[in-house]
Formats: sequence, structure tokens, C-alpha cells
Amino acid sequence: MRAKLINYMRPVAVVAAGKTPFGAFPDRDLRSLAVQAGDKCLKNGHVNPLQVEAFYLGNFAGPSFTGQNHLAPYISTALGIRDVPATRFEAACASSGSAFFHAFSAVSAGLYDCVLVAGVEKMTSQPTARVTEILAGAGDCSGEVKAGSTFPSLFAMIARRHMYQYGTTREDLAAVAVKNHANGALNPDAHMRKVITMEQALNARPVAEPLYLYDCSLISDGAAAVLLMPFDRARDFTDKPVRILGVAQASDFVALDQKPDITTFPAVRRAAQKAYEMAGVTPRDIQFAEVHDCFTIAEIVAIEDLGFVDKGCGGPYESSGATARTGEKPINASGGLKSKGHPVGATGVAQVCDIVAQIRREAGDMQLKRHSLGLAQNLGGSGASCVVSILGNV
Amino acid sequence: MTGAVYTETVIHVAPEAFASDVPYQVAIVTLDSGSRTTGRVLGDRVAIDDDVEQVETRDGVPFFRKIS
Repeated sequence: MRAKLINYMRPVAVVAAGKTPFGAFPDRDLRSLAVQAGDKCLKNGHVNPLQVEAFYLGNFAGPSFTGQNHLAPYISTALGIRDVPATRFEAACASSGSAFFHAFSAVSAGLYDCVLVAGVEKMTSQPTARVTEILAGAGDCSGEVKAGSTFPSLFAMIARRHMYQYGTTREDLAAVAVKNHANGALNPDAHMRKVITMEQALNARPVAEPLYLYDCSLISDGAAAVLLMPFDRARDFTDKPVRILGVAQASDFVALDQKPDITTFPAVRRAAQKAYEMAGVTPRDIQFAEVHDCFTIAEIVAIEDLGFVDKGCGGPYESSGATARTGEKPINASGGLKSKGHPVGATGVAQVCDIVAQIRREAGDMQLKRHSLGLAQNLGGSGASCVVSILGNV
Repeated sequence: MTGAVYTETVIHVAPEAFASDVPYQVAIVTLDSGSRTTGRVLGDRVAIDDDVEQVETRDGVPFFRKIS
């Protein structure tokens, strides 16, 4: 498998990254956020928009949130990019992870030498009940959604089953929230820079039992972008190219009730396995990771499916402090979706931006000691899509 | 139809269409046939492994009640 891939793939690097802060920005529209991130990225890479050979956009529900469709050329032309393919990718919360995977594939295969990948979501212009309804559209609308399921409720049912099968506790879930809020307090671009206590997390109001307010990520606006080039060419534009060592996408059933065991996501396992094979590394080699903590239980399931811990051991591992900034395997040093914010279509690329900043030692107060090999895991829906990316300067 | 609760949740924040129902319980039920379905729970709250029976269907959604 590995030998075959290496035979026809060119090494690809992230040349530059650019992000907006995440938050609620009532006076900003979707396009202006995407343009801000894209502009910043191109400037950081010293690339003229006319040099961009393709534009890959991740966006989950711009048409539902804002009414605007045909988003990729709507944004690319505003960035000054002309004539080239401009396409939107939708894979629920893994939309921009998917755009990143497909952009990588095209550059690696030799189709393009300079590609801009962006992700954007503008969510806060709608009331929470409407946002809940739009997000539920990532589930199966012929079954679970018609029964009144929301996204928090799908992950609540996963949490309930994980507690039943493995003894995971509410305190384990709360430990994820407390840790990610502590990390996010160090992130100047985070939506909620607020330290919380275990008591606050445990005593918050219920959203979908056993998930409470602090078990849930935020409704945010924001955008992120990265510029990809073949590794050899990247050196002409930056002295800190970050190599994409492995990236893979996998899929699974949309409806939660179709999965044989809802405490594990096969799409995460498959994507991770492929990414590890491409990179030639094992889970133990990964020094730090940004994982998709749309809910606290999702981080616990993620670290199990990525192979960082054995199945069922994620809860106690989180409670032990091993995933803290100073622990043996720092998870979500950016604050994660929980504290940094979760503009869904932007999240996948934003995770890559955070990994790149760590590898380049540009993460400021968030900087980790061991930072040369990082992994990003971007999940769509209740596990129907997943993209895993491994980046390094090795 | 009867089955056993595979997992469940009580929802407190709902989309507009279900806002008047909160809090309400949703469960994934393993039917005696072995297949799974997502439905609403009427009456007493249920927990994992509880036996339930389907008492009605509304707009294609099964509604279950605990068998005591």
C-alpha cells in the first residue's frame, strides 16, 4: 500500500496559513470572512491571487444560514483569483477537511502547483433553534431527525452507550471541557477565552442528557485558509514549509441507528489507518493532535479510534491529565471546537492551521514543547465522514 | 412490535418544530427482528436494556412505551 502510493505521489507542503478570529460577528458576512482568511494566507505565502491554479472551498450550510449559494466562485473572484476551477465541498462538519484532502490529492497527482484551500461558516445570523435545525440536516432526515433528534442528542446517545459499555463518567466528559477551556484561554483567536471549573461544567443546564452546556461546542462565525504546493516548489516561497505526510478521508452510514456499535467511528479508524500508512508512523509517534471535539464525548471516542488509547480507556485517560498541554499527548492545545469555536465549514482547515503554527513554533502562548509531528482529525455528522491529516517538518 | 432500548437521551434544546415538546426522550431501539430504529418515548423514561413496545406511529416515526 505504502510503496504504491509513494510511486505516483509528489510530496506536498503547506506553504502558508491564514485565519480569522472565531466568534460571533454580527456585522460580518460569509464572504468577507472567507476573503479575510484567504487574503491573509496569500500574503503570508507571498503569492499573487493570479498564481492560484485552483480554489477548494469547504462549507457546510452557507445557503441555509445566509441564502447564498454558488459559494466557491463567489469567494474566489473576491480574492482576485481568476478563471480557474473553484469548487465547494460539503461533508457536514468535515467539509473543509474534505476540501483539504481533495486539494492535496490534486497537487500530489501533479494537476496543480499552487492551490488555495479555504473553509468558512457564518452561523450566528440565525437564532439557536434554527441553527439546531440546520445542523440536524447533517443527520438522516427520513428517520432520526424526524423523530426529534438534534446533533447534541445523537452524541448524547453515543455518550450514554459509552458510559454503559466502558464505565465512562460525567466527570470524564467534564474533564475534556475544563482542559479545552484552559487551552482556549491562551488562544487570542478563540471564541470563548474562559477558564471553567469542574463544578461549573457538572452543574450547567442540560442540552441533551447526559450532555450539558459545557459538553457542547460553540455556534461561531469564522474562516481559515491554507496554501498548498509541491514540496520542492514550496521552498521558493517559505523557509518553513510543512510537509503533509499523510491525509485520508473515509465514509460511513449517516444514520446513527445503522451503525453496529455507536461507541466507535469506523470512518475515523479507516482514515487514520490510511494516513498512518502514508506517513509511515504509528499513533505512538504522534506528538500532539487537534481532534474534533464537537462534544466532549467526541474527543474521548476520537482518541480511542485514532489509537492513542485502547477502546474504552479514553475517559480515564482524559481525567488523568495526559491530554493537557503539559501531558504526554496534548490534545486540542488550541482550545478545540469547545473553546476556540466551531464555524463548522471552517473547522477542518482551521485545525490544519493550528498544527502548522505548532510545527513552525509560531503558536505563541499555546506553543507545545514537542511539536514536530501533529495530527488533525475532522469529523462530519455523527461519523459519516472523517478526514485525518498528519503533518510534520521531518 | 417490541424490542429493547440500545441507547437513549432526554432532549432539552430542540429545533423549532419540537420546541413545545421539551423535555422529550428519544431512543434507539433494537427490535426483536434485530434491526434498529430511532423513535420517541411516551410515558415513563426508559434506560438502556429496558423492554419497550411500539404503541403508535406518527408521520413514520415510531413511538415506544416501556413494558413494565
